[in-house]
Amino acid sequence: MGAPLIVQGLSISAGANTLVDNLSFSVQPGEVLALIGESGSGKTTTALALMGYARHGCRISAGRVQIGDTDVLVLDAPRQRALRGRTVSYIAQSAAASFNPSRTIMDQVIEPTVIHGLCKRAEAEAKAVQLFRELALPDPETIGDRYPHQVSGGQLQRLMAAMALIGDPELVILDEPTTALDVTTQIEVLRAFRRVVRDRRATAVYVSHDLAVVAQMADHILVLRDGKMRELNATGQILSAPEDDYTKCLLAAARPVPRASAKAANDDPELLLHVQQLSAGYGPVDAQGRPATPILQDIDLKLHRGQAIGVIGESGSGKTTLARAVAGLIKPSHGSVLFRGHELKPTLQQRDRDELRRIQIVFQMADTALNPSQTIERILARPLQFYKGLRGEPLKRRIRELLDLVKLPQTVAGRLPGGLSGGQKQRVNLARALAADPDLILCDEVTSALDTVVAAAVLELLAELRRELGVSYLFISHDLHTVRAVCDEIVVMQHGRKLAQVARRDYERGPHHPYYELLARSVPELRQGWLDDMDRSAAAAT
Amino acid sequence: METTTSATVVSATASLAAALPDRRSGPLRWLAGFGTSGLLGLAVLLFWLLAALLGPWLLSHGTAATGTSNVFAPISAAHWLGTDYLGRDMLALIIEGARYTIGVALLATVLASGTGITLALLAAASGRWIDAVLSRGLDTLTAIPSKMFALIMVAGFGSSVPMLVVTAGIIYVPGAYRMARSLAVNINALDYVTVARTRGEGTLYIMLREILPNILGPMLADLGLRFVYVVLLLASLSFLGLGIQPPAADWGSLVRENIGALAMGGASVIVPALAIASLTIAVNLVIDNLPGRTARERGAR
Repeated sequence: MGAPLIVQGLSISAGANTLVDNLSFSVQPGEVLALIGESGSGKTTTALALMGYARHGCRISAGRVQIGDTDVLVLDAPRQRALRGRTVSYIAQSAAASFNPSRTIMDQVIEPTVIHGLCKRAEAEAKAVQLFRELALPDPETIGDRYPHQVSGGQLQRLMAAMALIGDPELVILDEPTTALDVTTQIEVLRAFRRVVRDRRATAVYVSHDLAVVAQMADHILVLRDGKMRELNATGQILSAPEDDYTKCLLAAARPVPRASAKAANDDPELLLHVQQLSAGYGPVDAQGRPATPILQDIDLKLHRGQAIGVIGESGSGKTTLARAVAGLIKPSHGSVLFRGHELKPTLQQRDRDELRRIQIVFQMADTALNPSQTIERILARPLQFYKGLRGEPLKRRIRELLDLVKLPQTVAGRLPGGLSGGQKQRVNLARALAADPDLILCDEVTSALDTVVAAAVLELLAELRRELGVSYLFISHDLHTVRAVCDEIVVMQHGRKLAQVARRDYERGPHHPYYELLARSVPELRQGWLDDMDRSAAAAT
Repeated sequence: METTTSATVVSATASLAAALPDRRSGPLRWLAGFGTSGLLGLAVLLFWLLAALLGPWLLSHGTAATGTSNVFAPISAAHWLGTDYLGRDMLALIIEGARYTIGVALLATVLASGTGITLALLAAASGRWIDAVLSRGLDTLTAIPSKMFALIMVAGFGSSVPMLVVTAGIIYVPGAYRMARSLAVNINALDYVTVARTRGEGTLYIMLREILPNILGPMLADLGLRFVYVVLLLASLSFLGLGIQPPAADWGSLVRENIGALAMGGASVIVPALAIASLTIAVNLVIDNLPGRTARERGAR
């Protein structure tokens, strides 16, 4: 059913910058090609160009895109519009942002057929229900009557796939369709996507930064960097015998190696943080002292000096709330937090400056964690002045040391955060926490917003700092790979409760709590056919 | 909105200019940062400021009436801008009026925006009941019609220039407060403010160092628009006899007094209107092109 896609010499520019440089590839009918690369490598720009579309300020400067017999780039605007949604369709990363909240799902799913006048409404609805069934959505007959907020994120992503497939397109473009989802949801969505793509034999282009996900979906992989093609080969070939250095780099980053803990030999480390029976939540408090929306319930946790504990769970499991309660940002409703043997006061205002200094927090989004109107130097200087009263030459020297510590060049000191890349910002973010000489750093999803290669470098840095400075981490993440690589122990959380605690030596040894097993199983492995094996074992189990 | 689009176009040229090697001294380089239209605005603003400060000493004749035969005289060598409905020299009146318009309107705007921003920062940074009390209190103030409020103020305290500044200031505080608060509350929820809080910083530091620099850009643009409103308010107050008292006149009252000239083709109604227009445009041009503002906004992205 799919049509072949041929791209020749595609170049896209924005002003004087070339975003995509002379890209040529082709996809056979019914095959899946993956575009992989870091953010800013031109993946999405290329994907959009396949529909003849360039984002505002960009221009397709040269090249040819041919889908079947149609040369996309020479078409005029109305004919390109007719092409989109009928011959080519696009599935975006965030389904939640792509649905209109005030119309029913069915209305929106069949909209492409209505706009293009492909078939009658009843016919389209029947087809939509058929697609819902193929995508393994619950209640395929009635889910269309709901509104987008009444279904989950993973279901919405599949509904968006239904919207894209309803016009029987010859080419489907999937732009990071599972990146915003939890691991356990991601596997469901991947499964559904793959089955639909296989059954319909559609030609597909899959854009992603995650090699492990791509390995399950794609027949061929194209590695992009700075708008240039680095390598194009069959998936198995790329995974087993990469030729390009950058591909090797990507592969290495996707297989994080566990970093040894420095304090493992230390027999009697001091008990640094002791969380006892901690409960917390949001909203007004009732007569028993329970908040209206309880988030955390009865959490116990012990963290020794020099240790790194990973807290893992899906979104909404209360990981971040735990960090905020320890930092004093929300007041616990029950329980206590002991730090170096002393009980910490519940709110920030009641804690003294030394207690505040010893616990620092590093946030996920480096973009919002640095004040855009302050230079890096001022951002780093403030905690030094505030906690230690440094000024003049010692202050300057300490800033230089901190920049060295996080491996940033001295020249960034005078720049504003806007002039730094995501990875650099996250390093500044870490340096600011280190400036306070803390005992404990609360890392809230510090690598989630970064590309694989950059994230691996930041993790390496975290491990190194722990070895050199002996700081402890409470490392919050939804990614089991990351947590395993950095932490000595893993705490698994679900619905605000601690389900299990697994020590490093037991990572591979079972049996563990079923939810931990599920999480561990849901992380895609970097090999072809992993998803098939999963399906087979699931089928054998039932 | 149009001013912002033009500002970005101008800032592009400005940043190009800044990229060129520059060996000039500090103040000159700062001036170059304004760009062409910013400098134009600055020149007009400077002209009116000088006129307001020095004008009366430079004029040869005063604002006394020259007799009924000279009512609504056209532009001539004796009267460069013609005469008004009493036969007074328009040029002298405009320059005299500049003191009232620029003085009262500018002071009142700065007062309103300054108070509004300060209260908004306090409300956003401390939250809880301070925020609630300030917001509801200032909402109540908006419920009173501004003319009515001015009437009460004048009835209570009499009409004088400081009185007008305070009245206009109070009337425009809630607007500035709302604008600043909505910006500040968004900034307050960002991680870098949370980091400052966990560091143990006081409310004042968070207000001045973390939040203020990041709301200053939009608030300056707001100040430019608010200035225009204040000029209009002053003119309408003068119309009601509550503003600048005759025979002194601000530009707003000059327009109203000479409205009769419209039928007779005299310049006396056009000139003060042009003066108001040039002043407000100049203020907005200067604010939109303040050096460093575009850099800050780029940094914010």
